[in-house]
Amino acid sequence: MSNLKYRLLVIAALVAASLWALFPRTVVERVKRNGVFVTDTVQRVPLRRGLDLQGGMHLTLEIDQSKGAVVNPSEALDRAITVVRNRIDELGVAEPIVQKAGDDRVLVELPGVDDPERAQAVVQKAAFLEFQITDESNALERALPRLDAIAAQVQPGPVAPGATPAAGGTVSPRPGTLGGLLTPGAARPDTAARDSTGRDSTRGDSGRSVASTDSARRSDSAGRPRPTNGAFSKAVQPGSLPGQYFVTEPDYVRLQALLDRPDIQAAMPPGKVLRWGADTIADPTRGVIYRALYVLDGRPIMTGEYLTDARPESDPVEGNKVTFTLNREGGRRFQNETGRHIRDYMAVVLDQRVMTAAQIQSAIGTSGQITMGGGTLQRAQDLAIVLRAGALPVPLKVAETREVGASLGADSIRNGLLALGIAVALIVAVMLVYYRLSGAFAVGALLLYILLTLAMLAGFNATLTLPGLAGLVLSVGIAVDGNVLVFERIREELDRGKPVRTAVDEGFRHALNAIVDTSVTTALTAVVLYQYGTGPVRGFAVTLLVGIVASFFTVLFVTRTFFMAYLASPTRAQRPLSI
Amino acid sequence: MLRIFHDTRFDFIRWWRVAAALTVAFILAGLASFAVQGGVNYSVEFTGGTLQQVEFRQPPRVDDVRATLDRAGIEGAEIQQFGSPTEFSIRARGGDEGAGAEAASRRIQRALQKRYGASEVRVVRTEAVGPRVGAELRRGAIVAILISSLITLVYLAIRFEWRFGLAAVLSSAHDVLVTLAFLKLMHLEVSLTVVAGILTLLGYSLNDTIIIFDRVREDLKQKRQEPLRATLNRAINETLPRSVLTHATVLAATVALLLFAGEVLRPFAWVMTFGIFVATFSSVYVAGPLLLLIERRFPRALPEPRAARAAALRTDAPVGAR
Repeated sequence: MSNLKYRLLVIAALVAASLWALFPRTVVERVKRNGVFVTDTVQRVPLRRGLDLQGGMHLTLEIDQSKGAVVNPSEALDRAITVVRNRIDELGVAEPIVQKAGDDRVLVELPGVDDPERAQAVVQKAAFLEFQITDESNALERALPRLDAIAAQVQPGPVAPGATPAAGGTVSPRPGTLGGLLTPGAARPDTAARDSTGRDSTRGDSGRSVASTDSARRSDSAGRPRPTNGAFSKAVQPGSLPGQYFVTEPDYVRLQALLDRPDIQAAMPPGKVLRWGADTIADPTRGVIYRALYVLDGRPIMTGEYLTDARPESDPVEGNKVTFTLNREGGRRFQNETGRHIRDYMAVVLDQRVMTAAQIQSAIGTSGQITMGGGTLQRAQDLAIVLRAGALPVPLKVAETREVGASLGADSIRNGLLALGIAVALIVAVMLVYYRLSGAFAVGALLLYILLTLAMLAGFNATLTLPGLAGLVLSVGIAVDGNVLVFERIREELDRGKPVRTAVDEGFRHALNAIVDTSVTTALTAVVLYQYGTGPVRGFAVTLLVGIVASFFTVLFVTRTFFMAYLASPTRAQRPLSI
Repeated sequence: MLRIFHDTRFDFIRWWRVAAALTVAFILAGLASFAVQGGVNYSVEFTGGTLQQVEFRQPPRVDDVRATLDRAGIEGAEIQQFGSPTEFSIRARGGDEGAGAEAASRRIQRALQKRYGASEVRVVRTEAVGPRVGAELRRGAIVAILISSLITLVYLAIRFEWRFGLAAVLSSAHDVLVTLAFLKLMHLEVSLTVVAGILTLLGYSLNDTIIIFDRVREDLKQKRQEPLRATLNRAINETLPRSVLTHATVLAATVALLLFAGEVLRPFAWVMTFGIFVATFSSVYVAGPLLLLIERRFPRALPEPRAARAAALRTDAPVGAR
């Protein structure tokens, strides 16, 4: 009987351990309270729910190699993951997961995110910050005939009807363009306050070293003779700063396509780069939307790699902005470079888009600022986050997203639990009616099976997904199979006239092979599913695998022990077995 | 005690030609559907594109939703009611670029919120998959099924012998074909979860086959002088009560899933419910006859006279001679 006692003890211990593993406990996690994430302790059952059950966002990012191949993608990705992780930590998400998948992908899981678009922007932003001096040599004007010639070959007839060449004139021949604005001394559109080229936007320590007194330069650019009949020269209107131009929104789309062409790129002024402004400028009186185009020196005088801190700020005059601090080395370099470029114009370029451009009034040291134009404070906050976390070493693009709303997740849990409850009730009824007392043993084993499965999932810190929940429901049906196999064998042995105890022993012995083989083959399938599945399907595979282990144990150990305990009494062993 | 199908002596194998005709007809119907309507109905996970599950406060008109999406430049979107009359699923192809799918999903969301008002419509689920990921997943799913078949074959070859393993794996292949035909005829979408369902079904069907083969293995060890066909028939009859009971309990689980687990899991529940019937059918009428065919082609060396066995296989010998 010591064997029986030992078995009962093992079962009792397992039940206790399972209950303990599933008991609601206090855990420290980040929770959302009144719209902000705070670290707090909460009471909950320690079962991790997948994104499809609790709501949230799943992102698969991959290296974007469309703009040039990446030399060592795996290594670059490792660095990118660190950056992404830092950014997410600052975004404040409860239990995020950032994981490398293969050599060129990152999986990002953000449970409970309610603004997926913003989260994605923060994760994906390259955040490559450059400071570049604008061109003052009219390089673009000199290249325009060349560019026009190539463009003419590419798309014949770029000259719109009625576009008369107006050499030497700055007023555009077409009505409704920026003409008036571009004449020397003309006022800029009222909307210029929200414009990316905002005045007074790059300021040094003292707060007064840079101011774009641009009128002095304007006269040069306006006085230049320019051909205006090519695809480029027609679209490009000189702006108020050296190296700055304006393009209407429809022309912007057209020019972008042209600029991507390799032959156009080859014909660009050497040592210069073209960058678009980050925002558009509306001219409400004419109903035209413009975008700024900048010609910049190719070599940045400073990059974001020296940045140590960035903070969002709200200023009543300048609107929202981000102030940043450079480290000591960066500050020294910045001081040198800006010192050499006093009275030149500097553009702050983020991810190849010009945020601001202004004149350098005096050398700038370790700190500066980026005005957000008309951007919201949240945009300033997000920019500060990505600048602080550093630039992504490689561009990432979204390969896959899944977003599940929290309400759908809650519905799924409710429905899944309902299905589980009904399945269990039906199965219990079938077993009790068909096998009577032995059926009750099987039901006991089945309940223990469910408990063990959940406890193991909690113990392995596995994630319960919606397909996983389906797998659990299904596995309850399959788990009784072992018991059915055993009971049918016991019945057969009883039919052959064997005494009850012998029949039970033989029944278990004969059913063993079939149970082992079916369990192993199903387990192998589950392992393959885990290996080749993603996200929710992996959750399913884990549930399936855990279920097999639990069912194997409950059938061969628990049901067996119930029989042993029942048949321990000699009088019961003499009576016919209720099976 | 309550007993069903106890001590039966059905000659299951006798009907194998009828069964084969039935299953071939079903598969052909599926193939014909493939030929007429194009290939497998893959979900966005496999094809790339976007899927959005949208909840409206008031039931909208479907053509109005469609018109709204057309105006937003989302072409050929598939709009389906999803469960309740206020919920819809919207499927659309992404653009050509990698980020196309993701951008399209945002466009759909904006267009709907603009048309119906932000508080009237809520996107509860979004999936956007680039074409490259889709292609990889498709390959992964096929590789998963092939590898799991191969591993099973090896395992059964070790635990039983290669003839049993081959019969079991070929019968699994049959299950996949029949299930694909079923999915096609039911217009169900093949998603990752459905692939998981197919693999589970394979495992389940294999279980059934193994349990019958386990009986055959046991009976063969007793070296009765009877043809394999008789042994097989007896094994099926002996395991019949177990089969009926287990299928009943699993059916209870899958029907519960089908009815209560919600729209997202419904295709999976369909596959599994169908799978129970496939498993029952194929373990008796596909795996069994296949084993007999393999055995006839490659007879095993047994102590009993081979000629007698071969003769017994050809003639319709009486069954269940205990």
